Amino acid sequence: MNRAPNAHQHLDRILLAHGSGGELSHELVTSLFVKAFHNPFLDRLDDSAVLQAGGERWAFTTDSYVVTPVFFPGGDIGKLAVCGTVNDLSMSGAKPLFLSAGFIIEEGFPLSSLQTIVASMQETAGEAGVKIVTGDTKVVNRGAADGIFINTAGVGLIAEGVEISGNLARPGDRVILSGSIGDHGVAILSSREGLQFSTTLKSDCAPLNGLVDAMLEVSREIRCLRDPTRGGLSSTLNELARQSGVGIWVEEDRIPIKEEVKGACELLGFDPLIMANEGKLVAIAAAGVAERILRRMKAHPQGRDAAIIGEVREEPKGKVLLRTRIGLARIMDMMVGEPLPRIC
Amino acid sequence: MCVAIPARVKSIEGLAAEVEVGGVFRKISVQLTPEVHKDDYVLVHAGFAIQVVDEEEARETLKLFEELGALETE
Amino acid sequence: MKFIDEYRDGEMARPIIDEIRRLADQPLRLMEVCGTHTVSIARYGLRKALPETIELISGPGCPVCVTANGDLDKAISLARIPGAAVATFGDMVRVPGSDSSLAQERAAGRDVRVVYSPLDGLKMAEENPDLKVIFLGVGFETTAPTVGATALEARSRGLKNFLIFSAHKTVPKALKALLELGEIKLDGFLLPGHVSAIIGSHPYEFLAEQYGLACVISGFEPLDILQSVLMLVRQAKGRSPRVEIQYKRGVKPEGNLKALEIMDRVFEPSDVEWRGLGLIPGTGLVLRKEFGDLDACRAFDIRVPLAKENNGCRCGDVLRGLIRPEECGLFARVCTPQNPVGPCMVSFEGSCAAAHKYGS
Repeated sequence: MNRAPNAHQHLDRILLAHGSGGELSHELVTSLFVKAFHNPFLDRLDDSAVLQAGGERWAFTTDSYVVTPVFFPGGDIGKLAVCGTVNDLSMSGAKPLFLSAGFIIEEGFPLSSLQTIVASMQETAGEAGVKIVTGDTKVVNRGAADGIFINTAGVGLIAEGVEISGNLARPGDRVILSGSIGDHGVAILSSREGLQFSTTLKSDCAPLNGLVDAMLEVSREIRCLRDPTRGGLSSTLNELARQSGVGIWVEEDRIPIKEEVKGACELLGFDPLIMANEGKLVAIAAAGVAERILRRMKAHPQGRDAAIIGEVREEPKGKVLLRTRIGLARIMDMMVGEPLPRIC
Repeated sequence: MCVAIPARVKSIEGLAAEVEVGGVFRKISVQLTPEVHKDDYVLVHAGFAIQVVDEEEARETLKLFEELGALETE
Repeated sequence: MKFIDEYRDGEMARPIIDEIRRLADQPLRLMEVCGTHTVSIARYGLRKALPETIELISGPGCPVCVTANGDLDKAISLARIPGAAVATFGDMVRVPGSDSSLAQERAAGRDVRVVYSPLDGLKMAEENPDLKVIFLGVGFETTAPTVGATALEARSRGLKNFLIFSAHKTVPKALKALLELGEIKLDGFLLPGHVSAIIGSHPYEFLAEQYGLACVISGFEPLDILQSVLMLVRQAKGRSPRVEIQYKRGVKPEGNLKALEIMDRVFEPSDVEWRGLGLIPGTGLVLRKEFGDLDACRAFDIRVPLAKENNGCRCGDVLRGLIRPEECGLFARVCTPQNPVGPCMVSFEGSCAAAHKYGS
């Protein structure tokens, strides 16, 4: 029987893969949401929208947190919710100022857990220098939410002269990574029932606005900033390459990865390049200032293991090339679907 | 078709063992390699040790690489 | 990481590559028959490192890719059995059958869970006595013993709600069938290191003795593969085809006798259809009658409509080594990892997925 080749894998339903930050997510966002809501602010598809108000530039962003388990080594959903939005604002070069917090809580969720999460949020907000100024609470029937979901939205002010956006990378620029990748993704997996491996690894969840401030003090020639959360380094670099219409070349050996992340990934068949990070950033900066920025980063608690991992070139446009440790280059592709443990 | 990686046996209890790779630990079954000892390295696939790594042979293989490298510089 | 990093040393690769270039003055066609080799070769860009005289062809080495649509449909339909939960390796989740996939079944509300080990499936059964847990057994001789051992464990624990759907296959006879098709001319095989850790080197001897093919059982790290190619080139040049083991740290000539014993105790050979290769007698593994109580095929009447082949999909040709993924008309245009038409594109080890992901 003849049928259209793509008829069966699509898609009258949303799949888990649509939420994991890789190709399918990207496609959903562009082909549904951006298409419907389409306006110049949204179309840029940066981590935050940049708005003009009262003669100043404001960054505005939102993010929802649905992580399980709710408590994990190195943090909890509350800390994540604050850091995630603070970081999104920072990635637009904004000074994060105010957050909202919306809670969707499953009936039966322990009050003590909620108290811990809220305390965690307050502590993290204090660390980041932001205030949680408004919020909302809903409770849903047992089974309708996985314990608790949190949405945070945030606003921040972008100083004059700061121009940071995903489409500004130019050939010759350097690619800087602020530290080791895969820590958060692996820490989360280790605390889930299914995979049953143990490690001392903790999530790297942390606010990055302090680090970004330090970097901007050194130079304004930072073109792009992005935090490689879901979808990992690979997705982030691909997004930047596409948005800027450039090629990004990376040296595999220069990417900092902790031994334990390598071990867990080898064991289960995961790729560290697609694992989530919640306290790292990728910066694309002009070649002339890259080394100075790097030095400043390394002097900062959130940037101790920072490294220049690659550079921007004209070609291949919209793609990322990885020079492997064997010395040969290959494409670094975006993640498709969720990372799954495999035997093959 | 086979992701199997070398891991070090930290402890054995009956037909189960705890192994370590790069500082990450997991419990696996040694039903297929009952002859294994503590501190051996095993190839782990789908939660089982499928073979004990022959460390002598591993060294020999590396030596072969080195020899080729040495030949080159002569 | 010990026994891994040393075999990825970039500096050591150069001399091996140079020696290959020095020796490979005649065209050589080598087939690798293990999805993990396909991925490793692509991931480390090894094809480009080798001289143009050497052609590395991908064969039917991805166990998910070679599973025929009919069997895929049956596996997927297990999710629809009332009271059942499917426990599966991650590899199978997105693979499309005629109409659906396990991911889509899960989206439709069925119980489909990914496990790392068949023992996790066993644990699932123990913790959920009301569920019928059906474990999807996919994989070659590397994996079959692990599922066999799990079956024995289920027996000894007296579990009544753990079942196995076996789609396991064996390699050596399939290689013979591939050669008998007479479609491609080969000079040698890069043989699967971990399948061989179980079955040893003897089952492949007919390849050298009857077909005069150079054979090397290879490890999976880039240096292993490069050294294996060098060994194959030397065999071909010296016209001395035999089965050599490059992966000596993992493979003994006799294999893993305990694993073979368990595999033989629990499974028996059956005739099964391979995508691209048709029916190959004796290459399937089914649970023996003594383990009938663990057999999902006996417990349930698994009937599915006649399998539909995916229009335009040339997975079969890719698996036979007839064409490279890029030569398929659908490759990267209609058939992509997000929108896969056939298993070769969606499976982690599929040739098409590797070609698309790691580029050329």
